[in-house]
Amino acid sequence: MLWVDKYRPKTLDQITVHQDVAQNLKKLVNEQDCPHLLFYGPSGSGKKTLVMALIRQMFGPSADKVKVENKTWKVDAGTRTIDIELTTLSSANHVELTPSDAGFQDRYIVQEIIKEMAKNRPIDSKGKRGHKVLVLNDVDKLSREAQHSLRRTMEKYSSYCRLILCCNSSSRVTEAIRSRCLNVRINGPTEEQIFKVLEYIGKKEGLQLPSGFASRIAEKSNRSLRRAILSFETCRVQQYPFVSNQAIPPMDWEEYITEIASEIMKEQSPKRLFQVRGKLYELLVNCIPPEIILKRLLYELLKKLDAELKHEVCHWAAYYEHRMRLGQKAIFHIEAFVAKFMSIYKTFLISTFG
Amino acid sequence: MAPLLQSSQPWVEKYRPKQVKDVAHQDEVVRVLTNTLETANCPHMLFYGPPGTGKTTTALAIAHQLFGPELYKSRVLELNASDDRGINVVRTKIKDFAGVAVSSGQRQGGYPCPPFKIIILDEADSMTEDAQNALRRTMETHSKVTRFFFICNYISRIIEPLASRCAKFRFKPLSEEVMSKRILHIGNEEGLSLDGEALSTLSSISQGDLRRAITYLQSAARLFGSSISSKDLVNVSGIIPQEVVDALFVACKSGNFDTANKKVNNVLAEGYPVAQMLSQIFEVVIEDNDLQDEQKARICKKLAEADKCLVDGADEYLQLLDVVSQTMQVLRSIQL
Ligand SMILES: Nc1ncnc2c1ncn2[C@@H]1O[C@H](COP(=O)(O)OP(=O)(O)OP(=O)(O)O)[C@@H](O)[C@H]1O
Ligand SMILES: [Mg+2]
Repeated sequence: MLWVDKYRPKTLDQITVHQDVAQNLKKLVNEQDCPHLLFYGPSGSGKKTLVMALIRQMFGPSADKVKVENKTWKVDAGTRTIDIELTTLSSANHVELTPSDAGFQDRYIVQEIIKEMAKNRPIDSKGKRGHKVLVLNDVDKLSREAQHSLRRTMEKYSSYCRLILCCNSSSRVTEAIRSRCLNVRINGPTEEQIFKVLEYIGKKEGLQLPSGFASRIAEKSNRSLRRAILSFETCRVQQYPFVSNQAIPPMDWEEYITEIASEIMKEQSPKRLFQVRGKLYELLVNCIPPEIILKRLLYELLKKLDAELKHEVCHWAAYYEHRMRLGQKAIFHIEAFVAKFMSIYKTFLISTFG
Repeated sequence: MAPLLQSSQPWVEKYRPKQVKDVAHQDEVVRVLTNTLETANCPHMLFYGPPGTGKTTTALAIAHQLFGPELYKSRVLELNASDDRGINVVRTKIKDFAGVAVSSGQRQGGYPCPPFKIIILDEADSMTEDAQNALRRTMETHSKVTRFFFICNYISRIIEPLASRCAKFRFKPLSEEVMSKRILHIGNEEGLSLDGEALSTLSSISQGDLRRAITYLQSAARLFGSSISSKDLVNVSGIIPQEVVDALFVACKSGNFDTANKKVNNVLAEGYPVAQMLSQIFEVVIEDNDLQDEQKARICKKLAEADKCLVDGADEYLQLLDVVSQTMQVLRSIQL
């Protein structure tokens, strides 16, 4: 088992990083009066862990007995029936799913499947009707239509069904949904908190940590606990015993983008643009999300630029990322950004050095 | 192990008015519907207005008051965005429902029970135009025995031929006074204590949306106990602490790109919603007396553009960084 899973706290009481939030959630459950919840915050900040612990607090150890199902649903879409494939994770009292997986058909998931799930009350061994929790991941990726479809469902079955929604950016969740939930912000853990977690894992694994090593990993993690633990484990695999100046390997794709950035800085020409295109394709083929590529590229380029140019370049990055959202082929827009950058940079070089 | 949520309902549902006369602040529609209860007749209706102002509440209340619990199922059809409302459904489901004859208008069990059926189309603005067009004919064919209630946030998304067949009622955002009264009432029932400051904070952060106010109230009560302060409410509302907004603006003024970039990164790592950040920057800019009008205008224009991009789903970091960078450039133009 990976360390990220092995050291995931199981109960609200074991949670250390967002202890205040965890205790508040515990209070909500104990008061037996819990509104719908919307968790939001950057990725790797620990939302999932909190949600799982919360469900355990609600239903006890039976919530640990989950089964994964991959089912094809037949959904009646007006004139025809469509098949929607969906993976769910469920226990007796809860179901977890990611409705945005269905892409542009997400509306049907909300209208048919989620509503069905919300309607059906679980019955316990004594024949008593129980309560139900639906966990929906990535709600910020749901289409507007699907979000609208969720609204009344949240009200109608609220006497026994609670929704727990998770997302990265709550700006993309419509006001109507946000106003139906208790909004819980989960910030990325601070470097110090990450450091403590790493130390704890090190101790449990019986590892010797040279001074400064854990804090360097924490520093490089971008406040993502998941990332920190992953790279900690990678280091462990690469070289143990640790040495204090041991390199903390960046992700492969990040290294690749660093290379792309320096190539762009070295030469601005159609030929170079063509070479870069090949590399961008490679990243996309490996399922690195296009906006992540663009952001990382911007990050690398900004490191090498004069203050004046930074303003201009970050503007164009925002501009092309927006266009990418509206368009269909990500490569066009990333490449347009690279071309734009080359032109700006070349103009700058010529005007400064002639 | 505590069994979750005995039979508890969220407060928004618990305190949803059951009778039309209890709907606050929407006098016009309440007057017309009270009249309906006496005459047992009404036109098609269109309710529109921002979230949490009582539209769904009013429609459900009048339907219940007209027909009572027994007839409700057979006389009222509620369709909302959680139902598929493509053309087919509009054609078949509504037709089937409207097609079954109703007995003559006799009072039953103390309810008026007028001789028509009510079809509530909640969240109608999310219906496609085609589906709305298909409704036109259905409305006409069955006009004797049905009344339609359309409910939406944006009236502009309802096609004109439908809108013109209805009596339209705009639901206003609730005024601070009405909101405070409702909140105090709930607070009393739930045994909470709220001071004046908390009340006015609650009204201002929920901006006329009573549902939001009630959700905040319940959240704060559950998290921080029964005596609720203004700070608790801000805490559960997702509003960004003023220090964070100010710090970002100060970084803009500093003129150093890297400092500002770091602040932007921090805003995202803390998980603050960027859309919210934009509207709070807007407040800061408007109130800043050091800025010239033209500068304010240029920053606001950028804020508006970024807001639109966010609605389109653009990346939060890039948009905020762009806003900050342009703001820096605008601010620098003072010294020139
Ligand atoms: N005018 C009002 N008087 C009393 N209570 C209200 C009023 N408006 C809203 N509420 C409260 O807010 C809750 C939500 O109101 P309602 O469902 O009617 O909103 P809506 O206008 O349909 O919003 P949406 O556009 O999001 O569907 C109700 O349960 C009720 O508790
Ligand atoms: Mg409504």
